[in-house]
Amino acid sequence: MPKLPDKYGHFGLYGGRYVAETLMPALLELEEVYRQCRTDSTFKRDLRALQREYIGRPTPLTFAARLTEQLGGAKVYLKREDLCHTGAHKINNTIGQALLAKRMGKERLIAETGAGQHGVATATVAALLGFSCEVFMGREDTVRQAPNVFRMRLLGATLREVVSGSQTLKDAMNEALRDWITHVAHTFYVIGTVAGPHPYPMLVRDFQSVIGRETKKQIVQHEGRLPDYLIACVGGGSNAMGLFAPFLSETAVHMVAVEAGGIGAGRNAASMSNGYAGVLHGSKTYVLQDETGQIAATHSLAPGLDYPGVGPELSYWSDRQRLRCVTVQDAQAVEGMRLLAETEGIIPALESAHAVAYAATLAPQLPATAIVVINVSGRGDKDLQSVASFLGENAL
Amino acid sequence: MTRIADTFTQLRARGEVGLIPFITAGDPDIETTFALVHEMARQGADIIELGVPFSDPMADGPTLQRAAERALQHGTSLAHVFELVRRLRRSLTIPILLFGYYNPIWRYGGERFAADARQAGVDGVLCVDLPPEEAEELKRETDRHDLDMIFLLAPTSSLDRAQRVLTRARGFIYYVAVTGVTGVRTTLPADLSDMVRRIRAISPVPVGVGFGISSSEHVVQVAGIADAAIVGSAISQVIEQSLGQPDLVPRVGALVAELKTALRSIAAAARNDTGTASSPRP
Repeated sequence: MPKLPDKYGHFGLYGGRYVAETLMPALLELEEVYRQCRTDSTFKRDLRALQREYIGRPTPLTFAARLTEQLGGAKVYLKREDLCHTGAHKINNTIGQALLAKRMGKERLIAETGAGQHGVATATVAALLGFSCEVFMGREDTVRQAPNVFRMRLLGATLREVVSGSQTLKDAMNEALRDWITHVAHTFYVIGTVAGPHPYPMLVRDFQSVIGRETKKQIVQHEGRLPDYLIACVGGGSNAMGLFAPFLSETAVHMVAVEAGGIGAGRNAASMSNGYAGVLHGSKTYVLQDETGQIAATHSLAPGLDYPGVGPELSYWSDRQRLRCVTVQDAQAVEGMRLLAETEGIIPALESAHAVAYAATLAPQLPATAIVVINVSGRGDKDLQSVASFLGENAL
Repeated sequence: MTRIADTFTQLRARGEVGLIPFITAGDPDIETTFALVHEMARQGADIIELGVPFSDPMADGPTLQRAAERALQHGTSLAHVFELVRRLRRSLTIPILLFGYYNPIWRYGGERFAADARQAGVDGVLCVDLPPEEAEELKRETDRHDLDMIFLLAPTSSLDRAQRVLTRARGFIYYVAVTGVTGVRTTLPADLSDMVRRIRAISPVPVGVGFGISSSEHVVQVAGIADAAIVGSAISQVIEQSLGQPDLVPRVGALVAELKTALRSIAAAARNDTGTASSPRP
């Protein structure tokens, strides 16, 4: 298997550093510092200590007995990233990046956020390690994820409401990049997913790969063998790459990337299923866009998936058919949320509920000997309000 | 020699510093852009920078974001921009430089882009989010069609990096005056002249300075250190404030004339001081 990315940050056709010159030196410096830290025993020890003592790793790999029984097919396991401190996998990455920021002597962290989980995770590590923190969030998302807005403020972060464009994750990332261009000397941009310019897709994947490494060990303890299917939702793709990366060379393990089907054609956020190769936010990857290269408006009930791009490495593996892309629509995702809540007592985030919903269609088609792992990337408390209004009168 | 290089040679012979105004094509509509380019050329612009609107302009401040939004409201695309330049070329010889982001060009296709741009009468292209590291593919095509691909240098670029970027420079090098996005500023950085002098000393091509250059005072400041001043947001602001008014075009013309007059007065003063007709080069 090729070592990815190459030294220019390319994953085959994808990836790279499509940014304004002002940022190039900062990206080159970050890459250099990261390469040193990767093999530095102090850095690795600090990271491992925080993963164990602060995030609460390893997270369990839970056998979903009642869900398995109800679906009547493959055995279903849940990787419990919802049990990470702050309630989602995002903190695996923010801890790593904050340690890099410390190394580089930066004083201020900035972040973009959609669902608010990455914003909360960044505000959290800023408080823990003593940075000032500003989080960019589209106005539409501040409304539909109000609890996370309050959490960020409580953690001492400043919230920067973004009113440009579609007022969602894409626009929050534009604004964060503009802020970084302006304050690059003392500011570290904590990108929340495996997208953006090199080296971000690489380092976010590496920090999130703890999910897949643990899963590999845990499933062997449970079952004595590797799983047949890994299922993860994909917006930018950080929980998916984190789960998939350690399994890429295990060709018997199938990987399914579940994209947001929204409410159907023209109103979704499924970049790999419906997009074309393009350049957005610093990397070449699949992008939802029109025929003249303007970035499309997206829709998903799950703000964390409501993004027109995807990590370049996912585009690469998708082209090579190492992973399969499927879509799940808003209503199915809500059903997925309900299903996991009622059978296992776990309320997943709307994003993760997309993966649950796809597993619910896949598992019954598989024999009872098959093993499926769903990445429950986050908990759903943040979504209760928007799910209630989605369901309307039929709420419960 | 390309039209852009030619223009700088002539400017130098006259002891003048160039004025490069920027407007977004299609802001507020293509017909107004057509009139604005003519007017700016008449009022002393030396090169026209035409913005190709993009939905996600990550290096632009609010003024140029809104300009792009206005242009995109009625779907201004690269094809429209080429058609506009073709029409302008029937009566204008002033160099035209396209300024934009990579995705619309990539989607159009690099080879087709370069061929169509050349055929329409475009002289150069500047892609804000295409640093030299990623530019090889497009540059092969623009070189083949004799278009100048303009690269940027910024306050954050080390001298070592500047040297490497300059080996690929054609037309001129675009020095980003501020660590930040485009937009009107009241003052320019104190170390601007030191930074530009360092780059100009090693540059095989002329140096233009843009981002934040907003007034006659700024233009005069730039005139002392560089070969051209690039003014964008200040002009877009006038367009925005004049939307729907009959004097939009003359108001932009007046600003361009004011900026050019300031530059010419510097050149005249320099000639009187030194008795030579060339701006000082290190």
